[in-house]
Amino acid sequence: MSSDSVLSSVAVETNQLSLQFQTNDGPVVALDNINLTIEQGEFISLIGPSGCGKTTLVRVLADLEKPTSGQISVNGISPEQARLDQSYGYVFQAPALLPWRTVKDNVVLPLEIMGYSKSRQRDLAAEYLNLVNLQGFESKYPWQLSGGMQQRVSIARALSVEPQLLFMDEPFGALDEITRDHLNEQLLQLWGKTRKTVVFVTHSIPEAVFLSSRIVVMSPRPGRIIDIIDCNLPPDRSIDIRESPQFLEISHRVRDGLKSGHSYDD
Amino acid sequence: MALNQVIATMISLIKSHLLKTDALPVMTVILAVLAIWYLGAVHLNSPQLQDRYKKQGIEWRYSQLVYDSWNMKRAVLPSPHQVAMELKKTIIDQNITSKRSLVYHTGVTLSSTFLGFILGTALGIALAVGIVYVTTLDRSLMPWVIASQTIPILAIAPMIIVVLGAIGITGLIPKSLISMYLCFFPVTVGVVKGLRSPQPMLLDLMQTYNASKLQVFWCLRLPVAVPYLFASLKVAMALSLVGAIVAELPAGAQAGLGSRLLSGSYYGQTNLIWAALICAALASALLVYLVGFCQRQVCRRLAGGQEVI
Repeated sequence: MSSDSVLSSVAVETNQLSLQFQTNDGPVVALDNINLTIEQGEFISLIGPSGCGKTTLVRVLADLEKPTSGQISVNGISPEQARLDQSYGYVFQAPALLPWRTVKDNVVLPLEIMGYSKSRQRDLAAEYLNLVNLQGFESKYPWQLSGGMQQRVSIARALSVEPQLLFMDEPFGALDEITRDHLNEQLLQLWGKTRKTVVFVTHSIPEAVFLSSRIVVMSPRPGRIIDIIDCNLPPDRSIDIRESPQFLEISHRVRDGLKSGHSYDD
Repeated sequence: MALNQVIATMISLIKSHLLKTDALPVMTVILAVLAIWYLGAVHLNSPQLQDRYKKQGIEWRYSQLVYDSWNMKRAVLPSPHQVAMELKKTIIDQNITSKRSLVYHTGVTLSSTFLGFILGTALGIALAVGIVYVTTLDRSLMPWVIASQTIPILAIAPMIIVVLGAIGITGLIPKSLISMYLCFFPVTVGVVKGLRSPQPMLLDLMQTYNASKLQVFWCLRLPVAVPYLFASLKVAMALSLVGAIVAELPAGAQAGLGSRLLSGSYYGQTNLIWAALICAALASALLVYLVGFCQRQVCRRLAGGQEVI
């Protein structure tokens, strides 16, 4: 069974997944009948307007939220088991670094909690800080870094446990556009090098089209999937590809999907 | 001519220095307090003096009334320089081991202040951890904690001294317990707030690591709570000194600032009372300053070396 799940090419699978929140104004359907299969090594973007449940979906996959009904498997096991096995990394909307820890100590936080040896902690921190181009910043404190660098530290921290699966919840949403473009290029290279499965939440069309192998378009009230768009741009693309006709065509399709699912009457 | 210039330069130097620092506003406040104090001394002491003049048939002038009211023995309100003389007599002129030395008495009070502060801080943190981590305690303990502070300390202090005295516990311990009783409260309130203050995102982060409650406490909740703890410790420190002084009042304690206040009021020695009060105020200010100093050091470390306060 376990060898099956390792060999299986499916990273994430949901079947008729639904989630209702109980609020003071009655129940709110955050996710409605989500069926999604993500293959190993894919870069999947979830895109949609605020309130479409894209963040909630990732939180359910990461077992930070419990679904009301439906089945989910993450790496062939339940999300809770996947969380207990620490088989995924999670990057939040903000860097979420601890201000009293240095960059290196922030990166080793999960390793410390999981009881890795000191030397292994040091090696992994060096390796992944190197990967996000932050070598030499080990002993700095978060406030001494720019917003983009802080978010790269948090990516290194998520990678340091060497998960096969990476959840990223609008990781660059709070950054300025120039920094964001730069980090998009870096993230694409990183994905090319590590071949992790990435589930990426965004509300930026260019970001989604640039990064993804597939784009999942979602709509709000109730949160559901309205389109899944294949997006196989050349793997060695740079940010300039955004001018190309192929890029614009995919962007167009994403925008159409978002329009059809969104009611603009409010 | 040259001398004039030198003086003018000096005055301008002093002026600019005073304006640059806090010295000018602080001096202004001190002078205002002294002025009000001297006026108050005249107002409060003159009725007694006028009676005395009348009985002795002395012709009096206002200048004499003012002078006498500032230099009266057993005045209703002794003037600042009388209190200053009393402070000099009891602090500088006395050997600090003497029972007449205010330094000695302050030391006695401070020893129970410190013990009470440490006990109160420990109790306060323990209660806070219980309240944050155990739902039952959250519901059941907090009302008692709040109720405990509605009882006037002056009412409960003699009972604690008497009850503990009856079972043979006297001296430092009962006094410290009264300090503890006063100072655990702000610590509990502050630390509960602090332990609950990590951003939800950071708590989610720890959950994705499957961190244990103990790991979340050490790695996240405790460091986040420390600034709240220090804000409470400042209040607790001052309250602890109040508690120690109040504890010395009912027992007829032999030593301590509270006993000096008591004997001062027995014998109508208002100078003594004011000197002891000023000693208590200075000690309290110094202690709170020390806590503030530690606060700055610790909070700067917690902010990764960034200046925070």
